[in-house]
Amino acid sequence: MSEKDFTGKPLCLSGRGVTRVFGLGDKKTVAVDHVDFDFHEGEFVSIVGESGSGKTTLSKMLLGLLNPSEGEILFQGQPRDISTGKKKKEYWKGIQAIFQDPFSSFNTFHKIDAVLLDCINMRGGKNLPMDKKIEMMTEACSFVNLKFAELTNKYPFELSGGQMQRLMIARIFLLKPKILLADEPTSMVDACSRATILDMLLQLRDEIGMTVIFITHDIGLAYYISDTVYIMEHGKFVEYGKADEVILNPKAAYTKRLISDVPKIHEEWDLSTVDLQAEA
Amino acid sequence: MKNTLRQLFHSGKFVAGFVIFVAILLTVFIYPLVNPGDPLEMIGVGTFARPGTYVSLYDAVRTDTQTLRLSEADDNRIAKALSAEDRVAMVEWFTTMGIDVSDLDIDDTDALLDLWNANYDPSIKPQGMTMAKRNYYKRLNNSLQEIRAADEIILAEPDEESGALVKSDTISKTDYVNVSQVANVKNLPLGTDNFGRDVLKELVSAAGTSIVIGLIAGTVATLIGLSLGLLSGYLGGFADDFIMFVTNVFTVIPSFVLLILISYSIGQEQRGAAVVAVVIGLTSWTWTCRSVRSQVISLRNRDHVNLSKLSGHSMIRIVLTDILPYIASYVVMAFILQVSTGILSEAQLSLLGLGPKTTETATLGLMMNWAMLYSAHTNGSWWAYFPVILTITLISFSLNLMNTGMDQVFNPTLRD
Repeated sequence: MSEKDFTGKPLCLSGRGVTRVFGLGDKKTVAVDHVDFDFHEGEFVSIVGESGSGKTTLSKMLLGLLNPSEGEILFQGQPRDISTGKKKKEYWKGIQAIFQDPFSSFNTFHKIDAVLLDCINMRGGKNLPMDKKIEMMTEACSFVNLKFAELTNKYPFELSGGQMQRLMIARIFLLKPKILLADEPTSMVDACSRATILDMLLQLRDEIGMTVIFITHDIGLAYYISDTVYIMEHGKFVEYGKADEVILNPKAAYTKRLISDVPKIHEEWDLSTVDLQAEA
Repeated sequence: MKNTLRQLFHSGKFVAGFVIFVAILLTVFIYPLVNPGDPLEMIGVGTFARPGTYVSLYDAVRTDTQTLRLSEADDNRIAKALSAEDRVAMVEWFTTMGIDVSDLDIDDTDALLDLWNANYDPSIKPQGMTMAKRNYYKRLNNSLQEIRAADEIILAEPDEESGALVKSDTISKTDYVNVSQVANVKNLPLGTDNFGRDVLKELVSAAGTSIVIGLIAGTVATLIGLSLGLLSGYLGGFADDFIMFVTNVFTVIPSFVLLILISYSIGQEQRGAAVVAVVIGLTSWTWTCRSVRSQVISLRNRDHVNLSKLSGHSMIRIVLTDILPYIASYVVMAFILQVSTGILSEAQLSLLGLGPKTTETATLGLMMNWAMLYSAHTNGSWWAYFPVILTITLISFSLNLMNTGMDQVFNPTLRD
């Protein structure tokens, strides 16, 4: 849990009235509804919300995989321009992602070496000698407690879910982006791997000073690791602020409900009448 | 990949289909080596020679003979000489004469002949029997008596000076030749067709041509369907709408009607086997396109595709390496079905007289067309069309079996 104040830091990614609408007429669904946000350099932001609250749609828009129907996204204070393939490629050097399901994140027809080599190439290391590339891959793997020698020539599906998710982080280690968007990276791995992965994310944030946008449905988890928390309900941010303030002193009814839904150990499981004020 | 192949060869259906298809392919490749020559050579004069082994009479006469005294020889001769029609005619005679034939077995040659010898009298003129019919009975009787009476056939040669025939040799009833010593013996397992061509040889070459037509048609259809489906599914938006509009237009028009119209407008002269194959391919790509599109739509939002985009890969690379491998098994299955459809379409077109015009190569459809034009089905020449139908059935059966087998391996919900 960090207590840093990021309000004065340079802006990394911000949004003004970002909206995404799916479908037309009667089938119209507003997945993300005029949201504003400011993410600062080095900040660990959590976006918390239930399934269907628009977290994943927002994350796709932030990544540039989906265009907003309305509003604009600013990258490092400037309006984001990803109109051409070349500009997109440039943008993606600055923002990268870790997805929810490690088993579907990798192309099962490509070997692990190819995945990591891609990252080196993207960082302009295309013409490096092979032994230098191997050295970089080995370093990245050892950062996430994997042994490159054991992984080389293997396919992603030969690894466990936790190993695959760590490989994803090794990718980020090689790419060193300004922003990392982690879309529920721990929801599909076991509890032990979860702690390791979160630890690695925090370590990576401190080492290369990147912004982490952590998308989760688990408000308890968000409280422990983030600097700032955004609570999302039905496509809107109902509450946001420093993690401590939002979680220990929630204002919106939705936030209160989310907090009361967190299972508690050593306590009776009463999910309806948790006295939040007393807890604070 | 290796694993998938191993799984495939554990599927009974796939293996059965594969074995049949490979057997047909091997026959197509090996048979011409064993029995070389032009498959469309007209060896027979006259139409539809029955299947069997043909021994040159000319050579047989000049082959060293061996005397064999076989007691049943005469009976066999008579049994062979008496056709089914003759037997029925004999029974008819007996009924006209008022003889009870209720216990008579028509296939029992001995009983039939005994009754015949006892009752036939050429001088009797049954009431209402035509002259022609009476003469037919006389001829029948004579030939039956001759078979028993004659002992030998006399061969004669004209004398060089006088021109008179001089007896040169005789062939006795007990003379036999060894078939392997006769210089010319032709085996025609499926007889000849209307043009006097060896049906088996023609069939093997036609099966080869038809498979090639199917492969060309399947390749054309799969290539068009695959590329349009990939584009439409991956790009979405206007490109998707436009491509789906064209696809729907092609789907709504029955493809066989389209096929007939195109084949007809190309004209007889331009319609070679390859052209027909391409035309078939051009009219049958629509459903490959539709199903590839729907698969691509479900794939394009997968995380591994997103990851590939984030890695800065170009669209072509994403389509080729992140989408195509995932639908490859499906495309192979679609291709196999397209090949099978192509072969059947060619047969249908040819049967209508709109197939390849070529007289240099035969196709399965053309063979059926020829057999139909020369009424093989009405004059009982089953060998001219039945083996062709069987071959078409076997080819498409084997391809469909392979397809079903693959479907069960690749689609877990269909596993037994």
